[in-house]
Amino acid sequence: MHFNARGAWSIFTRELMRAFRTAFQSILAPVMTTSLYFIVFGSAIGNRMPDLGGVSYGAFIIPGLLMLTLLGETTSNASFGIYMPRFTGTIYELLSAPVGVGETLVGFVGAAAVKSLILASIILATAMLFVDYTIAHPIWAVIYIVLVAASFALFGFILGIWADSFEKLGIIPMLFLTPLTFLGGTFYSIDMLPNPWDTIALFNPIVYLVSGLRWTFYGSADVSFAVSLAMTLAFLAADTAIIAYIFKTGWRLRE
Amino acid sequence: MNEPILKLSGLTKIYPGGLKALDGVDLEIRKGEIFALLGPNGAGKTTLIGAVCGLVRPSAGKIGVFGTDLKSDWRSARARIGLVPQEMATDMFETVWHAVSYSRGLFGLAPNKVRIEEILRSLSLWEKRHAQIRELSGGMKRRVLIAKAMAHEPELLFLDEPTAGVDVELRKDMWRQIDAMRARGTTIILTTHYIDEAEEMADRVGIIDKGRILMVDDKASMMTRLGRTEAHIALAQPLAALPAELQRLPVELEDGGHSLRYRGGDGTGKGKGEVAELTKALSALGIDYVGIDVRESSLEDIFVSLVEKRKAA
Repeated sequence: MHFNARGAWSIFTRELMRAFRTAFQSILAPVMTTSLYFIVFGSAIGNRMPDLGGVSYGAFIIPGLLMLTLLGETTSNASFGIYMPRFTGTIYELLSAPVGVGETLVGFVGAAAVKSLILASIILATAMLFVDYTIAHPIWAVIYIVLVAASFALFGFILGIWADSFEKLGIIPMLFLTPLTFLGGTFYSIDMLPNPWDTIALFNPIVYLVSGLRWTFYGSADVSFAVSLAMTLAFLAADTAIIAYIFKTGWRLRE
Repeated sequence: MNEPILKLSGLTKIYPGGLKALDGVDLEIRKGEIFALLGPNGAGKTTLIGAVCGLVRPSAGKIGVFGTDLKSDWRSARARIGLVPQEMATDMFETVWHAVSYSRGLFGLAPNKVRIEEILRSLSLWEKRHAQIRELSGGMKRRVLIAKAMAHEPELLFLDEPTAGVDVELRKDMWRQIDAMRARGTTIILTTHYIDEAEEMADRVGIIDKGRILMVDDKASMMTRLGRTEAHIALAQPLAALPAELQRLPVELEDGGHSLRYRGGDGTGKGKGEVAELTKALSALGIDYVGIDVRESSLEDIFVSLVEKRKAA
């Protein structure tokens, strides 16, 4: 036996089923939260804001809000997906099965990424109810969203392996990811920040992700798309390397 | 002799804190047998299972399974091994049917509703197939774990304390299930600290303590080698000394000469024969007795004496 495709598919479908079993928490809640952002910042406040780079404020914040949801939900889904079997002890079955790093990642990370892509599609459709927008580079947008979803699903997987309590599981998304995304240009352009904050902001990796997605929507952004893409790929590579290490050493998986 | 289905050579596990859970274990399991691994809590039983099933990373030693090295051929080996864990670990919100079907897929087998139905029926779970696992009783949940382990039709099945904490009726039911699995050709390794379970089920017994295998033998041979008969004969009148005619037998006076204690035999019936011989000799000598209590030593006695000998060493 080489790659256990049935094993990977079993994990993948089970994880997706888990999401649908908890549809309110996994899908409806983030869609509702993002809709509220559109109503408050897009429609109510946005109507009084000037256009940014020729784009209405309501449309300007779509990529940022999409990234905010994408990062948070993908990370949470993937981390929860692997943490729960560790917490409940059902990980024994996974560890004793003929599945390796490939099958585990396709199953857990793939399902988390697909859930996020479904969520992103619903959010984009919902955004149409509140704001007029167009996507300048739709193919790049899809590629970029898939890359970000995959990267943060891997990141979430690492988080779920690292965490040994529910508190630790929530600490990274709540204390780091969400603040960095808010400060990463979700609601404003980095150009609007006074010196030296505009320079300091460039040390925030989320700036590159938001900027990259914004470029695929409107063709202009705070940093060049090539740099954003390179940063995303670097993040993906770093995640992959850490996961390869985890599986090689059995860190926090095998005693 | 056939190639063993499982061969452990020098298997050692030292946990990061320095605890040596397995200390150079050598063990061979024969195809088709039920092997009981007996040991007190913390003896290393679960670690041994974990090392074979991929839950524990051995510190040293080799694991050969189905004639190949587990390390190099882990995928195909794991596809043929099943594990029923000690802990009740399963997704409580899943239905029985989904849980068992998932296990089959995870181990790389195509869906097979007929086979899953067979398994569920054999474990009396068919009526509960649409129930969420959390709705089931403790015994039923344990059966689900067995069904999950059987879903990929393993050739080698580990049962880690399969009847821990279950009632007597369910224990006997489990024993029947295990027997049925063996009848289908599955090799079974079960760990237990219930001696009667090993006595009832196993073809061979291994005794483990502090990570070392103290003894492995056929249950019958172990009883023969280490089994003893003990008889207490209450005398009508106390004796001041043991008559010379009785000194060829392993007999001692006890209780101030009020009773005789025989301790001997080998688990084959020799002891009972000698006790009969002793009673005849007493009658021939005109020594009257008022009661006889004869007891064969159990696997438990053997187990306790081995573990105690090791403690004393």
